[in-house]
Amino acid sequence: MTSAIPLIGDFRAETPRQLDGARIGVVTFPGTLDDRDAARAVRLAGGTAVPLWHADTSLHGVDAVILPGGFSYGDYLRAGAIARFAPVMETIIAEAQATSTSSSPLPVLGICNGFQILTEAHLLPGSMVKNDHLKFLCTDQVLRVENTTTAWTSQFTEDELIAVPMKNQDGQYVVSAAELEQIEAEGRVVFRYVGANPNGSRNGIAGVTNAAGNVVGLMPHPEHAVEPGYGPDDATGMRNGTDGLTIFTSVVSSLAKGTA
Amino acid sequence: MSEQDTDTAMTTQQFNIDTVDHAASTPEIDQPWAELGLKANEYARIREILGRRPTAAELAMYSVMWSEHCSYKSSKVHLRQFGEKVTDEMKKDLMVGIGENAGVTDLGDGWAVTFKIESHNHPSYVEPYQGAATGIGGIVRDIISMGARPVAVMDPLRFGDIDHPDTKRVLPGVVSGIGGYGNSLGLPNIGGEVVFDEVYQQNPLVNALAVGVLRHEDLRTANASGVGNKVVLFGARTGGDGIGGASVLASESFDDTKPSKRPAVQVGDPFAEKVLIECCLELFGKNLVEGIQDLGAAGISCATSELASNGEGGMHIELTNVLLRDPTLTPGEILMSESQERMMAVVTPENAEAFEAVMATWGVEYSWLGEVTGDGRLVIEWDGETIVDVDPRTVAHEGPVYERPYHRPSWQDTLQAARFAESAAAAELPGDAESLGQALVDLMTSPNMADVSWITDQYDRFVGGNTALSQPDDAGVIRVDEETGLGVALATDCNSRYAYLDPYAGAQLALAEAYRNVATSGAVPVAVSDCLNFGSPEDPEIMWQFAEAVRGLADACMELGIPVTGGNVSLYNQTAGRAIHPTPVVGVLGTFDDVSRRTPSGFQRWADGQAIYLLGTTREELDGSEFARLRGHLGGRPPKVNLTAEKTLGEILINASRDGMIDAAHDLSEGGLAAAISEMALRFGVGARIALDELCERDGLTPAAALFSESQARALVALPRSEELRFTDMTTARGFPALRLGVVDAESGGLEVTGPFDGESFGIGLDDLKQAWSQVIPSRFDAVQNATEAVRTEQ
Repeated sequence: MTSAIPLIGDFRAETPRQLDGARIGVVTFPGTLDDRDAARAVRLAGGTAVPLWHADTSLHGVDAVILPGGFSYGDYLRAGAIARFAPVMETIIAEAQATSTSSSPLPVLGICNGFQILTEAHLLPGSMVKNDHLKFLCTDQVLRVENTTTAWTSQFTEDELIAVPMKNQDGQYVVSAAELEQIEAEGRVVFRYVGANPNGSRNGIAGVTNAAGNVVGLMPHPEHAVEPGYGPDDATGMRNGTDGLTIFTSVVSSLAKGTA
Repeated sequence: MSEQDTDTAMTTQQFNIDTVDHAASTPEIDQPWAELGLKANEYARIREILGRRPTAAELAMYSVMWSEHCSYKSSKVHLRQFGEKVTDEMKKDLMVGIGENAGVTDLGDGWAVTFKIESHNHPSYVEPYQGAATGIGGIVRDIISMGARPVAVMDPLRFGDIDHPDTKRVLPGVVSGIGGYGNSLGLPNIGGEVVFDEVYQQNPLVNALAVGVLRHEDLRTANASGVGNKVVLFGARTGGDGIGGASVLASESFDDTKPSKRPAVQVGDPFAEKVLIECCLELFGKNLVEGIQDLGAAGISCATSELASNGEGGMHIELTNVLLRDPTLTPGEILMSESQERMMAVVTPENAEAFEAVMATWGVEYSWLGEVTGDGRLVIEWDGETIVDVDPRTVAHEGPVYERPYHRPSWQDTLQAARFAESAAAAELPGDAESLGQALVDLMTSPNMADVSWITDQYDRFVGGNTALSQPDDAGVIRVDEETGLGVALATDCNSRYAYLDPYAGAQLALAEAYRNVATSGAVPVAVSDCLNFGSPEDPEIMWQFAEAVRGLADACMELGIPVTGGNVSLYNQTAGRAIHPTPVVGVLGTFDDVSRRTPSGFQRWADGQAIYLLGTTREELDGSEFARLRGHLGGRPPKVNLTAEKTLGEILINASRDGMIDAAHDLSEGGLAAAISEMALRFGVGARIALDELCERDGLTPAAALFSESQARALVALPRSEELRFTDMTTARGFPALRLGVVDAESGGLEVTGPFDGESFGIGLDDLKQAWSQVIPSRFDAVQNATEAVRTEQ
């Protein structure tokens, strides 16, 4: 079934040389939009992107999983609310929470709709509501990387500023006061908006991680900042920003070193 | 039998089926042909074709297919020129020309590109959100029907006066409709236009362009061939929405005395469309369909009659097999429904099982309706009784054709004689540093020159990872092949004030500007798609505007050597007898061997000290300009059309991009030099210094004319000093005027303009200008949109 997913090879690009051992699954739900972009980011980071299909419980032996952006199942109910119950999610939820010594927990990255799905699945705290300005907003966004211990951020430097595109309508991160205090105290805020808060998120939070540090979710789109010419503007010129690539090289490198 | 099944069974009995036999035996029955939008002569013609009265279902089919929107009955005689005024050279890369769902152009390396622009004006006025949303949906399905993967959309939009209550109602809905639908499809929105003019009050223009790419072998067309092949309808279910959308809504003027037309507007489901895109691409990839047609205007009537008449034989359909959202629909309503997100395909019996497997993968509903036959008839049955038996060509292709009378409006001469130079406003032209500076600020903070990012930031421009340029650059640029960088550029343009002053020249100027924009980005223009928005064809003066615009566009395409590959005509854009300005929106497609060499429209910070050149000749051409608009004047003649100069300018811009000589380029259009230099500075917040003395002297201009004239075939470029000699050698060799106007000044944070006027120079701080320029649209619409969205969220 997975061969039917037009994720890779669709544009007939040749697969570049890969690092051994870094097989990263990219899930496609009906309504997923950024699966090709996420797969491209994995390839550019030196990993192998493996298409995963929502209706298939098998993860095909991948070492990490990305839940890309989009509007899974149309998101007509609440963003991510239905996707959280997809067959593939059962396996992802179980493996992300694995605690036995024989299997380390699966690194999972949720981007935008993927982040929304991870909160619906209770792998990450909080939830997303409509932006405070009530509009869909597509913009270049500066973030501060505040946690560099996760599988997905190990190659950033502490408090590094990165520019990545952001595009969403339901991007306002909300969380209970108690949980907010806890994630702040535990240093689980991974990304924070720099400058004016673009959507009313609590404490300007753009991305968080779970207690184990293997699951990370963020609203902005690092997979759209991996290739010069197609990313956000940066100091070197128009659309040259590739700061997002570090998220993917971080996980590929962690997997290669066996630290993830 | 469940309760629902009982209901369905009962409802099929609710109406007396008007069969072909019944129609033949009851010639005297009165039929509602007028209510369905048909004229007496058209109804008589249908009876003549059939040799009897039509059945209710046949009448429904003919009424929608013979509507202005579907049949082009008023425009056809003029549109022929697009097929006639072409050379073999223009056709050499054309794989599919006018007449199919969208034209297809060879891109090289086995790739092809298809694009088309369409209107969704009337629905967007009645119900802005759904009207604009389904406009995107419809044009995207046209692209899929060619076997292509859609890769981007664009939206040329025109609204009434920015402060008119009607604009406040329509604009936020249209913008969130385009965003809500387009963003959910995963298609980057890479540009378009936003124009405010009171002529569009109660007649907004919502045009939508989509572009798709395909491998040559994936090309599909809409025809039903192969006797015994099966006909399948798949995608969303058929409901009662959009009944008569094409005939009653899009083919008549609005009038306060008629009831609300809301039920004629379709309702979109972007998720269903996204799934449909992926599902169709898998069908193409596995080579499972012989022919395919999207369901848009006129729904099943259109799909069956077009597929059948483009094929070799006939088609036999059982209409009760159609999956319904509303079981009470009559056969006529099912045939006319414009429910969205539906496709019809022709599949060989051997492939039926594989087809069903693809539907199952994507969770798409489908129903087998019938098969292709060899008798040349389109036969539709309802529970085994024949309700339609027609020659499909008489429905789809042999509708009425009108040679509508037209004549030059009596007021045209007076209008053209009212030159700006002789108006009262011209007596008070800004002439000193202070007033010229103020005039520039006034221009850039006027609604039509203001920052449109409030609108475009509601669209996803990143998805797909192949967007190399998008708004606010001159053209949208999309990479097609990740390995080679092969790609396309697109721009749409029209200045309807020019077209009002002279429709022939106005259409040519629309083409010239879109051509120039594509070339400015560095791409080679290769094809044209047009969306011709006009008032009522039944008014001979409007018909003259239409005829002139088509003639002008066809002539100009011939001269520039790029063919029209498809498009759309939207007539009856008038309310209470007041028509819009003629608005022939022209989209031009260009090709890139490698999109990484695309030229941005602004000065980048690292370009400090680069030389700024003005290409082309400036004349005192203020008639129809933005400068004149701000002074309440519209009259005279539009700027002179010079297609030879446009071609040369295009060559220079393309070669300069190819050879890596220039780092920024921007075309001069509305607002002239003043607008172009401001936009180049505002693009990345990097200032410049320019001097007008030499320009005023060389071209014999006042400073105001130098800044605000809208002479055509001009562009500004910025280039490193090391490239100046090579660049000017190139322009000199081509005999094209190039004048060194100034330098990029990254440190100044402003624009400084010196020239032969009192005070010698004026400066404008970029921060202040940006603040004022970027607030024009949000200050009007933020509160309104928030209220609209809050209501939508509540629902």
